Amino acid sequence: MSECRRTFLKRAGCAALGAGSLPLLAAAGRSMAEIASQPAPAAKQWGLVVDLKKCRSASLRQACIEACHAAHNVPSMPEPRQKIEWIWSEPFGAVFGDQIHARTPDQRKTEPVLVLCNHCSQPACTKVCPTGATWKRAADGIVMMDMHRCIGCRYCMAACPYGARSFNWQDPRPYIANIRPDYPTRTKGVVEKCDFCAERLRTGGVPACVEAAASVAGGAGALTFGDLADPQSAVSQLLRQQDTICRRPSLGTGPSVFYIL
Amino acid sequence: MLRSILRGNIRFALLLAALALVLAAGLAAYARQYSAGLAVTGLGREVTWGLYIAQFTFLVGVAASAVMVVIPYYLHDVRAFGRMLILGESLAVAAVTMSMLFVFVDLGQPRRVLNVLLYPCPNSLMFWDVLALGGYLLLNLVLGAFSLESERQGAPPPGWLKACVFLSIPWAVSIHTVTAFLYSGLAARPFWLTPILAPRFLASAFASGPALLILLGLILRRFARYDPGREAIARLATIVTYALLVNLFFVLVEVFTAVYSGVPEHRHALEYLFLGLDGHGPLVLWMWASVLLSVGSVVVLLLPGVRRRDGWLAAVCVAVIAAVWIEKGLGMVVAGFVPTPLGRVPDYAPTATEILITLGVYALGLLVLAVLCRIVLEVRARAARG
Repeated sequence: MSECRRTFLKRAGCAALGAGSLPLLAAAGRSMAEIASQPAPAAKQWGLVVDLKKCRSASLRQACIEACHAAHNVPSMPEPRQKIEWIWSEPFGAVFGDQIHARTPDQRKTEPVLVLCNHCSQPACTKVCPTGATWKRAADGIVMMDMHRCIGCRYCMAACPYGARSFNWQDPRPYIANIRPDYPTRTKGVVEKCDFCAERLRTGGVPACVEAAASVAGGAGALTFGDLADPQSAVSQLLRQQDTICRRPSLGTGPSVFYIL
Repeated sequence: MLRSILRGNIRFALLLAALALVLAAGLAAYARQYSAGLAVTGLGREVTWGLYIAQFTFLVGVAASAVMVVIPYYLHDVRAFGRMLILGESLAVAAVTMSMLFVFVDLGQPRRVLNVLLYPCPNSLMFWDVLALGGYLLLNLVLGAFSLESERQGAPPPGWLKACVFLSIPWAVSIHTVTAFLYSGLAARPFWLTPILAPRFLASAFASGPALLILLGLILRRFARYDPGREAIARLATIVTYALLVNLFFVLVEVFTAVYSGVPEHRHALEYLFLGLDGHGPLVLWMWASVLLSVGSVVVLLLPGVRRRDGWLAAVCVAVIAAVWIEKGLGMVVAGFVPTPLGRVPDYAPTATEILITLGVYALGLLVLAVLCRIVLEVRARAARG
């Protein structure tokens, strides 16, 4: 009797193991097919130039943040540590900790800076994702996020040197003031972040924050968006003409968001 | 076999019942987390990993340490480890099971866990860690099961088992190395971004794992009339001593580089752990306790008259396990998030739910270990009866 049970348990174990590994084989075949069907990467990289002087207006920053968060159904979480943010404001001293020194005037240290995902050329976050739920889109350089594939391990949040990623610690839907039907809401347990408004770019638009900044009085040129690979684009011209900095260049991530001092 | 595990021995039945009770409490807590989300934990956007991932790290070390019995026995023909070997493999099985479960309970979307295999990403260390841990679990199960089976039949173990043994040696090293790389490859976290992390992990693992094995051996000798042998325990104590010394040395090397160079981002996390940073120092007492326990254990282990006494040895082993547990199971993971990329010093404290889930996973691991040990004991008792 006990022999039979042992044999049964062994066989059941092997069968479960075998059945478990089948999808792995299937996936291996599929991912090869996916790689083959991808178009050749176009040398394009969306980028953003933020003019800090023009962003000193609190109402301008607020307009940018609100436009983005409303467009993407970003919830307002009451608990600060569960906050979800795609674009927000931080003091200069916190954002550019390696650019300030003992004699930097307080005015500079506290100057508000709009921060968002840097859509790096060598993203630290996509490299660590165990499921390919976040990746750098070859066609336009946007660091994308598939909230349906994300398993919520938060490895990308540990890897991002900019704190640009947020996690849904609980169901976000009760905390969205007005749910927009044209953009998906998220479920609990997944990571999200700025996607440079990939959905608006698809139809020829510009990111919501850029549009909002331009619509505020005195906001022209506060945020400039364009293709970093195109030397004639507005961003490329600004980067040639102005003194700009980016966040933590020493880490080698290659941010695509720049700041005019 | 299964029936005889549960029959008889009332003390063992009580142990299983107690563990099952803790496991049930853990499951209830997990049900709460499953439906409400990870908001029930103390984690947040700044400290995104906490108690669970720290336990995972600690337990991978415990699992890897089975190699400290396998190497002497198979490579250096230390026959004294003959009765300890299977205990090491059982401990490895239990520890890997727990470490994998700790990653699982940390997931925001546990139902999607198979995505790691469905969309394999070799660029992610987590993918390799899943493979390494899964493979190691399988190896130890096969090793334990087949060597025990041949023992039961009074036949020599099959030849191919030796190949599994030799494979398991580098594999054990790999599970903890890959786990260290998971952290030490992140440019964003200066506290983890150090090449000594993997060596440190291995050193502390080879102290805490064998210490656990000694405890297990002493417990089995006292309560189950199974003597793994005086020499085996004495040799393990030597391994614990030197592993602990090497670990202390590695920690000092790290502290020196951070303190003497004075580079703020290398200093800050250590300050947070040992002195407190910006008025935040929730782990300061713990960390100093860990240092004291480590140093004290080394001193005691180096005194031959003391370490040969079972009571002292058991106390030292508990101290070593506690010291490494504080270092890896409390400090290492959380300090990596301090200060945040934006320079803040966040607070993290696990919630009751988080602690219950953690206890539940440990209870399950101990259940696995208890049952495996019981099987071993039963087979050996039968073999002894002939």
